Amino acid sequence: MSAHSTYKPQNPVMQWLERRLPIAGLVYSSFIVYPTPRNLNYWWTFGGILTFMLGAQMVTGIVLAMHYTPHVDLAFNSVESIMRDVNYGWLLRYLHANGASFFFVAVYAHIIRGMYYGSYKEPREVLWILGVILFLLMVVTGFMGYVLPWGQMSFWAATVITNLFSAIPGVGDPIVTWLWGGFAVGNPTLNRFYSLHYLLPFVIAGVVVLHIWALHMVGQNNPTGVEPKTEKDSVAFTPYATIKDAFFIGVFCLFFAWFVFYIPNYLGHSDNYIPANPGQTPTHIVPEWYYLPFYAILRAIPSKLLGVIALLASIVLLAFLPWLDTSRVRSANYRPLYRQFLIVFFLAVVGLGYLGSQPPEGGYVIAARILTAYYFVFLLVILPLLGLFETTKPLPNSISEAVLPPGAATPTAGAKV
Amino acid sequence: MNAHRSFTIAAVLAASLSAVVLQSALAQEAENPPRQTWSFHGPFGTYDPGQLQRGFKIYREVCSNCHSLKLLAFRNLADPGGPQFSEPQAAAIASSFQVTAGPNDQGEMYQRPGKLADYFPPPFPNDQAARNANGGAVPPDMSVLAKARGFEVGFPWFIFNMFTQYQEQGPDYIHGILTGYEDPPPAGASVPPGKQYNKYFPGHAISMPKPLSDGQVEYTDGTPATLDQYAKDISAFLMWAAEPKLDQRKRLGFQVFVFLIVLTGLLYFTKKKVWHDVHHPEVA
Repeated sequence: MSAHSTYKPQNPVMQWLERRLPIAGLVYSSFIVYPTPRNLNYWWTFGGILTFMLGAQMVTGIVLAMHYTPHVDLAFNSVESIMRDVNYGWLLRYLHANGASFFFVAVYAHIIRGMYYGSYKEPREVLWILGVILFLLMVVTGFMGYVLPWGQMSFWAATVITNLFSAIPGVGDPIVTWLWGGFAVGNPTLNRFYSLHYLLPFVIAGVVVLHIWALHMVGQNNPTGVEPKTEKDSVAFTPYATIKDAFFIGVFCLFFAWFVFYIPNYLGHSDNYIPANPGQTPTHIVPEWYYLPFYAILRAIPSKLLGVIALLASIVLLAFLPWLDTSRVRSANYRPLYRQFLIVFFLAVVGLGYLGSQPPEGGYVIAARILTAYYFVFLLVILPLLGLFETTKPLPNSISEAVLPPGAATPTAGAKV
Repeated sequence: MNAHRSFTIAAVLAASLSAVVLQSALAQEAENPPRQTWSFHGPFGTYDPGQLQRGFKIYREVCSNCHSLKLLAFRNLADPGGPQFSEPQAAAIASSFQVTAGPNDQGEMYQRPGKLADYFPPPFPNDQAARNANGGAVPPDMSVLAKARGFEVGFPWFIFNMFTQYQEQGPDYIHGILTGYEDPPPAGASVPPGKQYNKYFPGHAISMPKPLSDGQVEYTDGTPATLDQYAKDISAFLMWAAEPKLDQRKRLGFQVFVFLIVLTGLLYFTKKKVWHDVHHPEVA
């Protein structure tokens, strides 16, 4: 990183503290003078949005936990009592339920950004792997949260997903019994899901700290994929990134508020307003929208064990992107072929999402198999080969050259390097 | 060119995929209940207290014979954003119900007239009694029924609904069920004994006998006493029962939007000002 001014407190109290715990200096170097590439677009604001959403989920969640009862006979009605009798309980619950969805909206945008601009490439591999771990933690946390209202979909989603472990040869059934704390999804299951749903967000927060730490070691990628070379290529985090992030958090909150206040149940399933009934299976068991692509992959494979492996692989493979992608050019803007295949990949995931919401029959299964095949072929075949055969466009010499009018960038930039 | 070829391949793939999917989607065709006009639709929608009071009358005279409303208390009838009975009116309604209380000092449960704080008493003591009295089917509790029922609108309509704020599948469905009985059933439809044919019920064979007919409940405010009107009023009442804070939610939503638009606008112009020199550097 380029050298920048260090924190020198004027206030005697701050001087006293700084000699003992340099926390103000850490904030100063990480969030004030930290250099960020000058050409970041709005796709780079989702990290800030995700941090904001994690905080919002924790605040609403902790207050909801004060009113919720994790017991099979009481959970459903305790959620309804939050909706009816707790002051602004309806607001807290709708913020939290839709907040989970918007958390995933933001994380998907963040992942799309990373894949499009090749943000996972050297030296950002650890940063990327921490991100995949965060995504996995979010998936587990979101799933457990969906079980807590103990409606029909809660119960049956818990049954279907925990049953996936029974596909493990030999030890599958004992593992499922151990997960359930009994011989069916029941009160012990609900209790441990509640406990873990409260615990995991703090684990996420911890990994977020590592993620940001790793980010500050290697610096941010940018739309050109060319590392900043001179001071001209970067701007200070504050005020530039702070105000840009704040503005886009505002835009994001407008979308969020539309759902919370006007269509709060749009993203949910009406069956989850029916109390859990182990004796009655819903016609179609569907997970929340953000799991649908993975659910489609699971169901596209005729064998249960292979389906579970494919489901797991579809996420875990992402952690190996830095090595699956053999190209030395980061940004898809300079990789015409990769760009096409990647956009088709994103469309395939959207298509899988739609298919995951439909019953697994007829043409839906065929379509899901084709898209699943493309998902894995893209990651395992196209990506490694493209790097070897693709002709890339010439990269700019520097960020400044790419974004500034001729004459404004090159002379000084060239001189300083 | 390579890029063109890959796009052509993608387009052909997408077209064939949508063909198989469309085929499956069309095979599923089921008739959805027609959309009704609701006073509580849209960003400024509110419940119509008159309609909720009529709907309550229908619940009380007809539905409550079989359906419980366990999550509602009599006090809710006087809540703002609800049927808005006055508190004495709500107390009078409460006292006309007999609720089980106790145990008393002798250790026995007893019946007494309801109070504002009491919850609506269920028509049957337990599910078994309800099932036994209703030909093997338990009439569902009505507290959140209007949010627990719905229907798939399918692609691309579900995308449009996001923008038009269509959240009334529940009341539309209940209205559809109440008006969807056909006796005799249409030619070709087989209805098992003890069941009725209903156009909008999944599978069409519903256990509930046709509950409402023209002129069955007396209206004193001049509203037409028709089945269609009854179905609308009870559906609106059940929507309120399921979502009693809807008025408050939409009112607060508007305030939040005004605030967020102003805040985001100010942040936008601040951002523009802060970034001005970065975007317009003086050429050296």
